[in-house]
Amino acid sequence: MRDVGIIGIGQTPVAEHWGRSIRDLAVEAVQAARQDAGVERVDAIYVGNMLSGELAGQENLATLVADAAGLLPVEALKVEAACASGGAALRAACLAVASGAHDYVLAVGVEKMTDLLTDGVTAALATAADADYEAGHGISFVALNAMLMRRYMHEHKARHEDFAPFSVNSHRNAARNPRAMYRHEITPEDFMASPIVSDPINILDSAGICDGAAALLVAPASEARRGRRPPVRIAASTCATDTVGLAERKDPLVWQSVADSARLAYAQAKMAPKDIDLFEVHDAFTIVSVLSLEACGFADRGSALKLAAEGRIAREGDIPICTLGGLKGRGHPVGASGAYQLVETVLQLRGEAGEAQVKGARVGMAQSVGGSGSVAITHILTV
Amino acid sequence: MELPRYHRMRRALYHLEGSACAACGGRFFPPRSVCPSCRKGDLAPYRFSGRGTLYSYTRVGQAPRGFASLAPYDVGMVRLEEGPLVTAQLSDTEGVDLAIGMPVEMVTRTLRDAAEHGYIVYGYKFRPLLRP
Ligand SMILES: [Zn+2]
Repeated sequence: MRDVGIIGIGQTPVAEHWGRSIRDLAVEAVQAARQDAGVERVDAIYVGNMLSGELAGQENLATLVADAAGLLPVEALKVEAACASGGAALRAACLAVASGAHDYVLAVGVEKMTDLLTDGVTAALATAADADYEAGHGISFVALNAMLMRRYMHEHKARHEDFAPFSVNSHRNAARNPRAMYRHEITPEDFMASPIVSDPINILDSAGICDGAAALLVAPASEARRGRRPPVRIAASTCATDTVGLAERKDPLVWQSVADSARLAYAQAKMAPKDIDLFEVHDAFTIVSVLSLEACGFADRGSALKLAAEGRIAREGDIPICTLGGLKGRGHPVGASGAYQLVETVLQLRGEAGEAQVKGARVGMAQSVGGSGSVAITHILTV
Repeated sequence: MELPRYHRMRRALYHLEGSACAACGGRFFPPRSVCPSCRKGDLAPYRFSGRGTLYSYTRVGQAPRGFASLAPYDVGMVRLEEGPLVTAQLSDTEGVDLAIGMPVEMVTRTLRDAAEHGYIVYGYKFRPLLRP
């Protein structure tokens, strides 16, 4: 297997792009990544997307994007792993280059969510859950996470305000990211005053509905070293799975797919949690950050809230998370979020994160989670 | 037109029928054809009692398409007395203070908007136990 590097990145601002279609967004990100790399050649394109059929009425998406971006007749495939689709696209690109099948491969994450009303989006997001035994009973995606959060609070005697530091941190970092959707800081008081969506989850526990696209151009590491941008190496790329139905796990508060994908990633990179300089966590809800930090070995079971309370997740802390706003602050265009996390990790490692820069960052981990912890895709990037 | 879906699920929806593994004795809901514990494929239908306790719960205010006529409604995860957890809507909760650990029992109720497909879909829900 060949070493793989990231030689170009591109992203659209995350927003409600009323005037732009799913193909417009994908093409903008693709063109930006190719321009960033200064490379014309593309051998294949993998498009990570969760809901183009449900929300944009469009499947055969990868071919559409390849055509719109002027890349015909290259290999083009859509990759879907629910909210982890963006991470899955880089995973696919990484496999293609590592195996020697291709040399220059684009990984794109794109989602267009704002063409539908909320009940349609809520129903679409629930397709990440078990259609027969969760979504078919009117169990929304928020509801599944709300039940996890209530159970966590019960088992660990936590209060709702204990979750505030995650949302406060994401908004603080988003305020320093020009492409983020929610560029305003919030206080713990704002957090507690926020309206309930599904008790105990409130608006500020949750990442918002939005549109966006992000892209990465990958190549063999030997080529990456000759590129115009500082080379970023993919030190680990892993994927692990768990039951789709949340209730079918031995312990729903243990996110085993997340733990497994992180363990495999640490082994591949020959690293431990202490070697990670920043962690792009899949903070779709505050409870997801908590369960992910515990599953990935940054906190013992029941102690991730303490990690946040002590400020260790902040940009100046020992394990900064969601450094450009995360899903909460930057926005969560679901199938694109994983690609945004990776683009942001590259910006940090290149030292191009501006006001949001984590000083001296050399190792970054990005983790994309699909469903309620049913699929996890973890990448570790290094410079 | 999801009529075939609800028809093929009728045993699970009406009788809370899952599976039991002949090899390891594991009992599962929803039904499976391969045992997730021992990975063997010798499973037989198994009907759960419908009694359990509330593992967690929440209220759905923003209903997904197809459930608007029921909103707002309570949903929960129920730890069945035979072991498995089941996710379902809760019923008869008006005036009840829901709490983790409270005993619940299965009932059959309307699961979703009848207007959507032109027929009523029935299935299991759980309500606070009337006679403990
Ligand atoms: Zn078995």
